[in-house]
Amino acid sequence: MAKYDKKRIGELIDGTLEFYQLKEMMSSHKDPERFEIYREVLQDRVSWDDPILLPYGLHLYIVQKTNGDRIVKCDCGYEFCDFKENWKLHAQIFVRDTEEKMNEIYPKLMSPDPEWQVIREYYCPGCATQLEVEAVPPWYPIILDFEPDIDTFYNDWIKKPLPKV
Amino acid sequence: MAKTLEDVQQRKKAIGWDGKTLKQMRKEMDEISRETGHYAGLTTLSFKETDPIRFEKIYSKLRGGVVHARETAKKVAASPIVEQEGELCFSLYTPEADSIVTSTGIIIHVGTMGAAIKFMIENDYEDNPGIADKDIFCNNDNHVGNVHTCDVHTLVPIFWEGEVVGWAGGVTHVIDTGASAPGSMPMGPVQRYDDGYQVTCRKIGQNDTLSKDWLLESTRSVRAVKYWTLDEKTRIAGCHMIRELVLDVIKEEGVEAYKQFMREIIEDGRRGFVNQVKTMLIPGKYRQASFVDVPFKDLDLPSFAKLNTIIHTPSKITVHKDAKLEIDFEGANRWGWHPFNATPVSITSGIWVMLSQTLVPNDRINDGAYYASKFGIPYGSWFNPDDIRSAHSNTWHALVAAWSPLWRGLSRSYFGRGYLEEVNAGNAHTSNWLMGGGYDQYGQLSAMNSFETSSCGVGASAVQDGISHSAALWNPEGDMGDMEIWELLEPLIFLGRQILPGSGGSGKYRGGNGWQSLRLGWGAQEWTMFVAGAGVMATDCGLMGGYPASAGYRFQANKTDIKERVAKGLPIPLGGDVDPDNPTYEENMDAEIVYRDRQAVSTQETFGDYDVIMNYLRGGPGFGDPLERNPKQVENDLNEKYILLRYAEKVYGCVFTEENGVYTVDLKETEQKRKEIRKERLVRSVPTKEWMEGERAKILNEDAAIQVKHMYAQSFALSERFTDEFKEFWNIPEEWMIYEEDLGVPTLGSHINRFKQRNNIDIKR
Ligand SMILES: [Zn+2]
Repeated sequence: MAKYDKKRIGELIDGTLEFYQLKEMMSSHKDPERFEIYREVLQDRVSWDDPILLPYGLHLYIVQKTNGDRIVKCDCGYEFCDFKENWKLHAQIFVRDTEEKMNEIYPKLMSPDPEWQVIREYYCPGCATQLEVEAVPPWYPIILDFEPDIDTFYNDWIKKPLPKV
Repeated sequence: MAKTLEDVQQRKKAIGWDGKTLKQMRKEMDEISRETGHYAGLTTLSFKETDPIRFEKIYSKLRGGVVHARETAKKVAASPIVEQEGELCFSLYTPEADSIVTSTGIIIHVGTMGAAIKFMIENDYEDNPGIADKDIFCNNDNHVGNVHTCDVHTLVPIFWEGEVVGWAGGVTHVIDTGASAPGSMPMGPVQRYDDGYQVTCRKIGQNDTLSKDWLLESTRSVRAVKYWTLDEKTRIAGCHMIRELVLDVIKEEGVEAYKQFMREIIEDGRRGFVNQVKTMLIPGKYRQASFVDVPFKDLDLPSFAKLNTIIHTPSKITVHKDAKLEIDFEGANRWGWHPFNATPVSITSGIWVMLSQTLVPNDRINDGAYYASKFGIPYGSWFNPDDIRSAHSNTWHALVAAWSPLWRGLSRSYFGRGYLEEVNAGNAHTSNWLMGGGYDQYGQLSAMNSFETSSCGVGASAVQDGISHSAALWNPEGDMGDMEIWELLEPLIFLGRQILPGSGGSGKYRGGNGWQSLRLGWGAQEWTMFVAGAGVMATDCGLMGGYPASAGYRFQANKTDIKERVAKGLPIPLGGDVDPDNPTYEENMDAEIVYRDRQAVSTQETFGDYDVIMNYLRGGPGFGDPLERNPKQVENDLNEKYILLRYAEKVYGCVFTEENGVYTVDLKETEQKRKEIRKERLVRSVPTKEWMEGERAKILNEDAAIQVKHMYAQSFALSERFTDEFKEFWNIPEEWMIYEEDLGVPTLGSHINRFKQRNNIDIKR
């Protein structure tokens, strides 16, 4: 079974591996210790101290607060909400609902027709990073993408203690 | 010869194991598997554990043999879809129709052929028409569980000393099934009776010989007879190779060992799947949705089919504590009078195709995984119609859209666990389908469906761009085919193939680009053409800040002056329509009719020499914020014509200098520009909760296009849970509701409605 060190996982995160290296990682049986190494690399990279429980998306983490809360936090330090809530409701939104706004992203005829479908861009209020994009018809409820069962994951699946404050 | 009493009694002898009928065996297998949670009740794998080498040897022999059967049989076919694109697949089943091993190819049919065998078992084929050694059965009936009419199955029982020890099944995607329009996935059918020749698990041969009545009837029922006939020979050849293979294995290993093996390999598949879920995923819930347009209002169709609507497919993946994988599609909307309907078997089988490319990327594709998972398929939805009249000929239009978000759900797991190399933002909507038929350049009655679609763009991953113009979800061995071969087979000359800039979704990692080919009518007579693709909607979101792949459109010109222009040596349209904001095709020809619009599905229209039609193969969605893309990669994209300059500037925030048509990115200016774009984002955006107030007001005022309201009305009518979640999210009062019958659009066939008493129709399925 393959095993990778922190340096290799760092390169994976940075997207600097050559394709043959990625191919090897795809074809090999998965390395069970990946999660811990990955979590440590990410923890080393953020400027704050809250322990990362789970990487939740590009720039987003579920972190442990001292008061016991588990919240969604951006790597810029912006804190969204409890992880059971939808962080998008605490973000900034920009909706492309006209041909003109669509044409900023797609050539003519290659964008969705805003009468049928709009594009919703969710930005971090702290660093203005575009964290998620939804392409949905008007009125569509904002999607709560992912509700992880963190305790089962640590306790029953990987059988490791949860990172502590 | 007169039959003796003994002969008759002999026939009645059950063909299952230990004197059981196949029906009894099927029932017992379902019961014991359900009760124990293990396939066939196997809590231990005694054969595998005590003699693993022998076990693996049998597996390798069967798997290798099934793959070999596909590769060999493929050479019999003449159809470019089968021979060039490899749109065929073979599978070996247990007597009760659980799959043991499968070849490469369109493995969605593991499930559909299994459904056909189960249908025969359920309908007592053992008694009538009888199931005997050397029989040949055929099926392509959509409502039995097929994907669409053009997927024709050949099914052959395998006997050992009077007992059925299994079934061999082969499927090819035939070019034409005699539907109301030519081609394998026609536009035009809106009812089952338009979908073409449907064969319901029919016995078509005995003693390894096809019946004359079958040969005559089937070849008189379809266009492109040559391809139909050779496809059938392909399927039979493959099935017979597999039958020989199984009999050889039994001779070598003994029938008891083979029987034990087939049980254990499926239970092993089930365990392997559970193990993969635990290794790769994170327990929890994942939600996503897809949408695809049905723009039928202005098409030449029966009045009850003429409406614009949207196919809605929300999905919730639940990874349970015990690693059971559940996918629930509650909230999906109604089936309709369009050829995009599907069956439960086709949507779930397709999910296995997808999972075999990501979660279970190995050769042990069998029904074990099926026993480790659970699906919620709403009755009355577009993939579980409550009416046998539904049409299915172009079901992929909806299926490829429905599957795409599942990649995103799984990718959130991979991302969380650090398996970034597995992340995939989604699959392309594998279209356009370019189809037509008539008398071809050889004077033969023929049909075509361009399989250039097998090379669409792939979704971006978390560590690299999606591969451009390369693959399709349904057949990962994608190959766009050689232009020279297509020109031999189709009465259309290539005026070029070109990458379409901006067709892959923008992002830190870009979705793989799509491309276009431009075709010129040449040499056919009485030929018609039409297109089928996603048009006004992106069929998926991007992932984690990436944009969706671009939507579709069509270009077609009839009665052009290209003949005269060629004679005079004047320019003609060539290559792709690389910038639709500044189109050039029309500058290089005159035409009486030009379609340049979002109507990306059309019905048959005559197509003559020097008429022009574009095939636009879609890109994949992007990953991550485009402002984080390495500026050097943006520069490369620009110089390689994967994106247009203005989007390199606006979307990616890059600044360039140009010399002799070569662009160089200015890193310092780019950094500055990206900072400014971020500032602008915060200025032009609003807090989400504030925006929600305005959107809520629109909902209360019922302010949306009819097709949008129609989509919601259908989902509301079918699903209480979707309705409740919708209302709760927007905080909408109890009395607010949108009903289909208030929208002024046809509602024929809308039977299931939780707001209404059921009408008195005996619905046939
Ligand atoms: Zn931030």
